[in-house]
Amino acid sequence: MSNTVNEINILNADDAELMRISREGTLSLNLNEMKTIQTHFGALGRNPTDVEIETIAQTWSEHCVHKTFKSIIRYSEDGKEPEQIDGLFPTYIQRATEDIDKPWCVSVFSDNAGIIEFDETFNLVFKVETHNHPSAIEPYGGAGTGIGGVIRDALGTGLGAKPILNTDVFCFGMPDMPYTELPKGTLHPKRVFKGVVAGVRDYGNRMGIPTANGAILFDSRYTANPLVFCGNVGLIPRNRCEKSVEPGDLVVAVGGQTGRDGIHGATFSSAELDDTSESLGSVVQIGNPIMEKKIVDALLQARDRNLYRSITDCGAGGFSSAVGEMGEHIGAEVHLERVSLKYDGLAPWEIWLSEAQERMVIAVPPENLSELVAICEAEFVEATVLGTFTDTHRLQVFYEGAIVADLEMEFLHNGLPKPVKSAVWQPPMHPEMPSRDEETKNYTDDLKRLLASPNIASKESVIRQYDHGVQGGVVINPLVGVANDGPSDACVITPVLGSRKGVIIANGINPKYSDVDPYLSAASAIDEALRNIVAVGGTIEKTALLDNFCWGNPDKPDRLGELVRAAKACYDIATAYGTPFISGKDSLYNEYRDTTTGEQRAIPSTLLISAICVISDIRNAVTMDVKAPDNLIYVVGNTYAELGGSHYFGIHGFIGNNAPVVRPDAAKRTMDRLSSAIDSGWVRSCHDCSEGGIGVAAAEMAFAGGYGMRLNLDNVPTGDETDADDYLLFSESNSRFIVEIEPQYRDAYETHIAGVPIGCLGTVTEAPEFVITGKAGHPIVETSIDVLKSAWQTPLHS
Amino acid sequence: MTEPKVLILRTAGTNCDAETDTAFQFAGAETALVHIQNLISGKVNLSDSHILAIPGGFSYGDDISAGILLAVEMKHKLTDALNQFVAAGKLVIGICNGFQVLVRTGLLPGVSTSNNGTSEMTQRATLAMNTSAKFECRWVDLETQRSPCVFTKDIKPSVYLPVAHAEGRFTAPVDVLAELEANNQVVFRYADSEYPKNPNGSDADIAGICDTTGRIFGMMPHPERFLTKWNHPRWTRSAQTQDTTTEEGDGLAIFKNAVNYAKANLL
Repeated sequence: MSNTVNEINILNADDAELMRISREGTLSLNLNEMKTIQTHFGALGRNPTDVEIETIAQTWSEHCVHKTFKSIIRYSEDGKEPEQIDGLFPTYIQRATEDIDKPWCVSVFSDNAGIIEFDETFNLVFKVETHNHPSAIEPYGGAGTGIGGVIRDALGTGLGAKPILNTDVFCFGMPDMPYTELPKGTLHPKRVFKGVVAGVRDYGNRMGIPTANGAILFDSRYTANPLVFCGNVGLIPRNRCEKSVEPGDLVVAVGGQTGRDGIHGATFSSAELDDTSESLGSVVQIGNPIMEKKIVDALLQARDRNLYRSITDCGAGGFSSAVGEMGEHIGAEVHLERVSLKYDGLAPWEIWLSEAQERMVIAVPPENLSELVAICEAEFVEATVLGTFTDTHRLQVFYEGAIVADLEMEFLHNGLPKPVKSAVWQPPMHPEMPSRDEETKNYTDDLKRLLASPNIASKESVIRQYDHGVQGGVVINPLVGVANDGPSDACVITPVLGSRKGVIIANGINPKYSDVDPYLSAASAIDEALRNIVAVGGTIEKTALLDNFCWGNPDKPDRLGELVRAAKACYDIATAYGTPFISGKDSLYNEYRDTTTGEQRAIPSTLLISAICVISDIRNAVTMDVKAPDNLIYVVGNTYAELGGSHYFGIHGFIGNNAPVVRPDAAKRTMDRLSSAIDSGWVRSCHDCSEGGIGVAAAEMAFAGGYGMRLNLDNVPTGDETDADDYLLFSESNSRFIVEIEPQYRDAYETHIAGVPIGCLGTVTEAPEFVITGKAGHPIVETSIDVLKSAWQTPLHS
Repeated sequence: MTEPKVLILRTAGTNCDAETDTAFQFAGAETALVHIQNLISGKVNLSDSHILAIPGGFSYGDDISAGILLAVEMKHKLTDALNQFVAAGKLVIGICNGFQVLVRTGLLPGVSTSNNGTSEMTQRATLAMNTSAKFECRWVDLETQRSPCVFTKDIKPSVYLPVAHAEGRFTAPVDVLAELEANNQVVFRYADSEYPKNPNGSDADIAGICDTTGRIFGMMPHPERFLTKWNHPRWTRSAQTQDTTTEEGDGLAIFKNAVNYAKANLL
C-alpha cells in the first residue's frame, strides 16, 4: 500500500463492474447505491477518489445510517391487507417516544446516547451498542473494544458524560457443543464465551467503571454469530448537554494514534459472515483502556472549563464519520498528514477510515486551543489539530497539500436512496406439548433441570470477574442474599455519593419467544425489563427504555417480517406503559454462510430492552432473597397457560405456540400498585417471575435467602382455566412477581393491592425444605434448598 | 487552618480516586486530586499536605506487574519529597493498587529493623497473582489485629469490606513475615484461610500491613467503598447483619482516624 490516492473508475462501469468494485473494496454498497454515486459523479464529470468512495460507503453503511430502519417496507401478514410502512424507526420507535412525551426526556435519538433528567445538578446518559461481528472473529479484542466504544458514546454525548456504569448482555452457542458440529471457520462457543468475558472484564475494570448488570444467554443458533451487547450509563452536568459547531472552530483529535486497525469495520459489520471471515483480522480493532481512561480524565476537565463546543467519538468509519457528522450542517476541511500515526505507510483513505480505538474529535474555538493542549499534555494525551470547520457545506480532505476528497455534505448525508424492501410474516405452527400431570406426580427433577439449564444457572463465576463496586456507589449488587450469591433482578447505584437519589439499570430479552412470534418476544422483553425495575423498588413512571435489535439478513422478506412484528410491539407496549425509548441501535446481517455447502444460518430474532429508572430514595429498594421465617409468599399477577418458547417446554424438546402475551392495562396496574407497596415498606423481598416461572422464581428466592418454603399451587390466580400443575408451576406469563410479606403487614398489603390478582401461596420456613403442593393436594416438588442451589450453581462454575 | 490536607495521588489508570476523595471529605479533610506529573514538576509540593493517599486502579495499566511503574516513578522522581514527608511523621495510605505501589517502593513493610545503618528503600514483600488466577470482586470479613496502625485505632474487631483485584496475594520471605508478626505490623487478616474467605491466598491471611511507626498503611480491601450502610451487600437484610444505630459503613472509620490523627499531631 502506498501513500497515494487512486481514482476509482466508475463513470464508465456497467452494473457488474459496479458490484465488483463494491464487493472487492468491502464497501457493502448495493447496485442502486453504486448507481446513485455514479450519477452524482457523472454530473461532476469526474471519477471519485478512493477516499471519496470509502467516505460515502462508511456514511451510507447499515452500521452508520441504519437504512433498514428508515427504508420503505411493503409488509404482508398472513390473512391481512398488505401495508406500507414508511420507516420502522420513525413509525414505531420515535413516534412512541413522541406520543409518550415525558418531560424528563432531555435528548432522544439525536446524540450519541439518550439523556434523561437525574437531579438538580446532573442528567443521565444511557447507550447500549453491539459488537457482534468483531467478537465472532476475535472475542477478546472484539468485546473489549465493544465496551470501549460505548463508553466513548457516553463521553461523546452532549459535551461529555462521566461513565458511571457498564451493562453487558451476551448470547453464545451452547457451551457443551461437540467440536465435530462446529461450523467451518467459527470458534467454539466456550472459547468465544471466555474471550468475550475476559475482554469486557479487562477493559471495564481498567477504566474503573462498575459492571453491575447483565445477562448471558445460550442458543445453538448463536454459535457462528455470537451477540455482544455493551452498555454504558454516564453522568453529565445539566448545563453540558448541548453541542454546536461554528465555522472557524478547530477540528481537534484527542487520544490514541491511528493505525491500520479496524479498517472497514462499519461496512464489514453490514454484511453476513461466512467461513472465511475469520481471516479478516484487520477489521477488528485493538483496545487500550488506560488510553481511554486518560482521555476521560483530560476531556472532563476541558469540558468543565468550557474549552470545546462539540465532541463525538471516532467509532465506525473513524475520522470520516466523526468529522463528517460534526460538520454536516456547515462543512469541514481536514489535513490527513497531520494525523498522529502508529507507523508509516498508511494510504490517505486508510488514515481517514481507520477505526483505531480511543480517539475523540472535538470542535475547539481557536482561542481555547492552548489551554486545551495544556490539559491534555498534563494527562499525557495527544491533541492534534487536523483542520477547521468551515462554512462551505463541503467535506474537504487534503493530504500533503493536495485535495483528496471534496464532497458535498448534502449528498453525503442525504444522497442515499431510500430503499424499498418487502417483508412477510407467517405465524409458525409448532407441535404442542400437553401437561405431563398424567404421567408424573413429581416435578422436583424438572425444577432441578431448569435451574441447571445454562440460561437460568448462576452466572456468579462471570460476575465476580467484573469490578461491580468501583466508584463506591453500588447499593444493590448483581449478587444478593445471605451468601451474596443470589441473582438480583437489577442493580441500583447512587451516582452522587452521599445522595439518596438512585439509578436502577435492568434488562429484558426473550429470543426464544421469537420462535413463536417476534411480537410477543419484543413485548415480553419490555415487560421483563420493567418487572426487573419494579422488583428492586423502581416505578415505570420514571423509566426510559433502549432498544437493541439483533437480526438476520433484512434483505430476506421473512427476516424483515419478524423485524416488523417486533417493531410494532415496541410501539404498542411502550405507549401502553408510558415508557419512552431514548436511544437504540440495530445490528443486522447476523447470519452465517458456509461457502462450500451454501448453508445459511440466522440467529434467533433478538431484541434487548435495557431500562433505566431514577428513584428518589435508595433506602426503599428491596432485593429478591427471602428475609425471615414465617413471612408470607404471594404471587402477584395472573398465570395463563403460556408455555410457548418457555424453558420448561425447551427441556422437553418442545417450542409450543402460546408464548406469553402482555396485557398492558392489567400489567400497568399491577406494577404501579406493587411499586407503591414496596415504597410503603410492606414488601421484604420481591422477585421477577420469568424464565422457569413460579417454580424457579420461588426457588431462587428461597436459596438466596437461606430459608425454606412451603407453598401450595391452589391459590395461584389464573386468567384462564389452567389447572395443570406443571403449567401453573412453569408458565412464563408476563407481569408477575413473587413477593414476601411480613404477617403483620398482611392486611395493609392486601388492602393496598386490591384489584390486582394475587394469591398467598404459603410461607417461608426456618428449615431448608422446599415443598410445593399441587392441585390434587399432594407434594409435587419436595426437596431442600441446598439441593436446588447446588443444581443452580454447578453448571457454569468452572 | 483546621482541616488536615489530603493529597490524593493520581496517574494514568488510577480509578478509585474520586471515591477516596469523597471518603476523606466525609471524614472532614480538605482534599486535592493531584497528578504525579504535578509533583514531579514541582507545581505542587507534597510537603503542603498531611496525608498522602494512593488510591486503587490500574496505574499505567499494571503493565509488567501491578503498581510497579508508579512505584519506580515515585522512588526515583520523588525520592526526597517522599523521604521528607515520612520523616516529618505524616501519614501515607495505599489502597489496593496503592498498597501494591507502597510494597513495591519498599515503604511497606518498611526498612528492616534488623538491618540498622541503611535506610534505603527496597522491596521486601510482594502482592502476587491470586491463587484463583483471576480478578475477583467479593466482600470479605477482616479481623483487626493489634498493631501500631493509626488508621485502625479503636476500630471494630471485625470489619466487612470488598476486595476487587487480580494481584492481591501478599507474600514475603519467612524472615520478613516473622518480623511483621514480631512488630505487630499486620493490621488486617482475612477471617479464614480457606478460599474464598481468603480471596487471594495471602500468606498468614494478610490483608493489610503498616510500617513500624503505624503511619504508613496499605491494604487490599477497599474501605472507600463502604462509607454508608447502603453500600453493604446485605443491607436489605439489615436487622440480621448490621449495627442499626449508625448509618456509617465500616470503611469510614479508617479515614476518620487518619484525619483525627493529623488534627492532633500534624496541624
